[in-house]
Amino acid sequence: MNEPLLRIRGLHKRYGSRTVLRSVDLDVAEHEVVCLIGGSGSGKSTLLRCVDLLDVVDDGTVHLGGTELTDPRLDADVARRRIGVVFQAYNLFPHLSVLDNITLAPRIVHGVPRRQAEETARGLLARLGLADKERDHPDRLSGGQQQRAAIARALATEPELLLLDEITSALDPELVGEVLDVVADLKQRGMTILMATHEMGFARQVADRVCFLEDGVIREEGTAEQVLTDPRHPSTRRFLSRVLDRR
Amino acid sequence: MEHGTTEPGTAGPENQAVPDRPTPTPAPGTPAPGAPSSGAPAPVAPATGAAEEEHRPSPREQERERFRRSRRRRDTWIAALSTLAFLGLLAAAAVASPGWDRVHGLFLDAGEFRAALPEILQGFWLNVRMFLVAEALILVLGLAVALVRVTRAPGLQPLRLAATVYVDVFRGVPTLLLVFLVGFGLPALRLQGTPSQPWVLGVIALVLSYTAYVAEVLRAGLESVHPAQRNAARALGLSGSQTLRHVVLPQAVRNVLPPLLNDFIALQKDTALVAVLGPLEALRVAQIKADYDFNYTPYLGAALLFIAVTVPLTRVADRLQRRAAQRTRAEAAR
Repeated sequence: MNEPLLRIRGLHKRYGSRTVLRSVDLDVAEHEVVCLIGGSGSGKSTLLRCVDLLDVVDDGTVHLGGTELTDPRLDADVARRRIGVVFQAYNLFPHLSVLDNITLAPRIVHGVPRRQAEETARGLLARLGLADKERDHPDRLSGGQQQRAAIARALATEPELLLLDEITSALDPELVGEVLDVVADLKQRGMTILMATHEMGFARQVADRVCFLEDGVIREEGTAEQVLTDPRHPSTRRFLSRVLDRR
Repeated sequence: MEHGTTEPGTAGPENQAVPDRPTPTPAPGTPAPGAPSSGAPAPVAPATGAAEEEHRPSPREQERERFRRSRRRRDTWIAALSTLAFLGLLAAAAVASPGWDRVHGLFLDAGEFRAALPEILQGFWLNVRMFLVAEALILVLGLAVALVRVTRAPGLQPLRLAATVYVDVFRGVPTLLLVFLVGFGLPALRLQGTPSQPWVLGVIALVLSYTAYVAEVLRAGLESVHPAQRNAARALGLSGSQTLRHVVLPQAVRNVLPPLLNDFIALQKDTALVAVLGPLEALRVAQIKADYDFNYTPYLGAALLFIAVTVPLTRVADRLQRRAAQRTRAEAAR
């Protein structure tokens, strides 16, 4: 395997006196889907925020395609343009229509002409089953529709890497499927994805690799099949039995 | 995910076309007698897909609707009659008061009113112009002060300090006092290029006073936008200023539109304070007329003109406030 698209080495992150991530090493190759699993507070979301520079790391490095993102001399705004993020709470812009939500970044960050940006956005909306929603404002959409619109927004800038932060956790159970179908489709198309998730079944279905985090440490890492059905680390086993028992 | 009252059917996975079922919500304060538990056949629309044509209200529902309608008619009558009785009582009390004849002659003289109104109206046009000029300046300067106060750029520290002191001082000084200070103090400085027309000086005083209020309203708006919105914008690669302009500011203004409008209304009224500097605006004209004839009816004319502008503005502000409250509730319900 040649140079991974995303390379994380020795990543440390503290909030005040609390250490959230401890020397995390993680690679994500191009076209690979990596799932982060673990209990709440295990550091999954923080890891994603550090990759997108929404949080400043306390030690370690993050490289994206050979560029060190953690270099303070690097313009964070430019670095972020290569990464798409979808949040748990959608965070769509409530004052803009779905179409404007999606075209905002292409237009004002990448300088794409409005007509062209809208054409691309319509293509994305059609693909995600939202073709008839482009004029609606986010508060007119269901949770699943909002989350799909948020995915469309993240894809509109054609990112090299997509970060998904528990994107189904805020959804009613019957809406989870429609969002996960979109993610499965993205994998089919070769998108590189790093995602935090609570959906173990889904992780097994789409993930090339699964990492189990606990207390800011990657306890176990391997193929989805191996980690989820035959976990080696006792804490992975404990976590999985807790999660799967609840079903 | 709930959307309150606005749209039916969006909560489903995809909008399966669920036609509006007339949900029997009783009108406020209407104790429909024995409504739900009575033995009458429950008129629940069949939820099966095929039989979803036009729903026809059952006899039970029709009877309930008749009852609600008669209730509403009765309520309207009670409201109208009690209002009339109240106004009549007030009028009677005024007319019965010992000084009524004098007041009637001094304040309600129809001839005086007709004679003075054209000139007062002309004066009022100056109030309107002062309001428009001041408002434009206030919005621009208020936004600038608010932005200075919320940014964290280290180079702006002295400006930030100045903005804080400015807001503290000018919100603390009564507007009338400020009109005096600027109106008489500024020309006394004899600086090159200081304006000397009283109405311009008055506008400067109003701008100084109201910019402080509006800046605080806008600052509250800027701070009311959820940090997650900023994160979402930054994650898309927007720079700090792009985030402010395209994401934060539009939401901030939307959030504080009602209080902002309230400040506009107050400003429209306070243009009358400039009267103390002598320009011929509505109050000043009315004062001159009143002094001339020893009759105060012109004041009433000026008051009516102010009301004619502020009441519609107030209604707009009320409506915006209601809409904002509904939106907040809808967002909170999610």
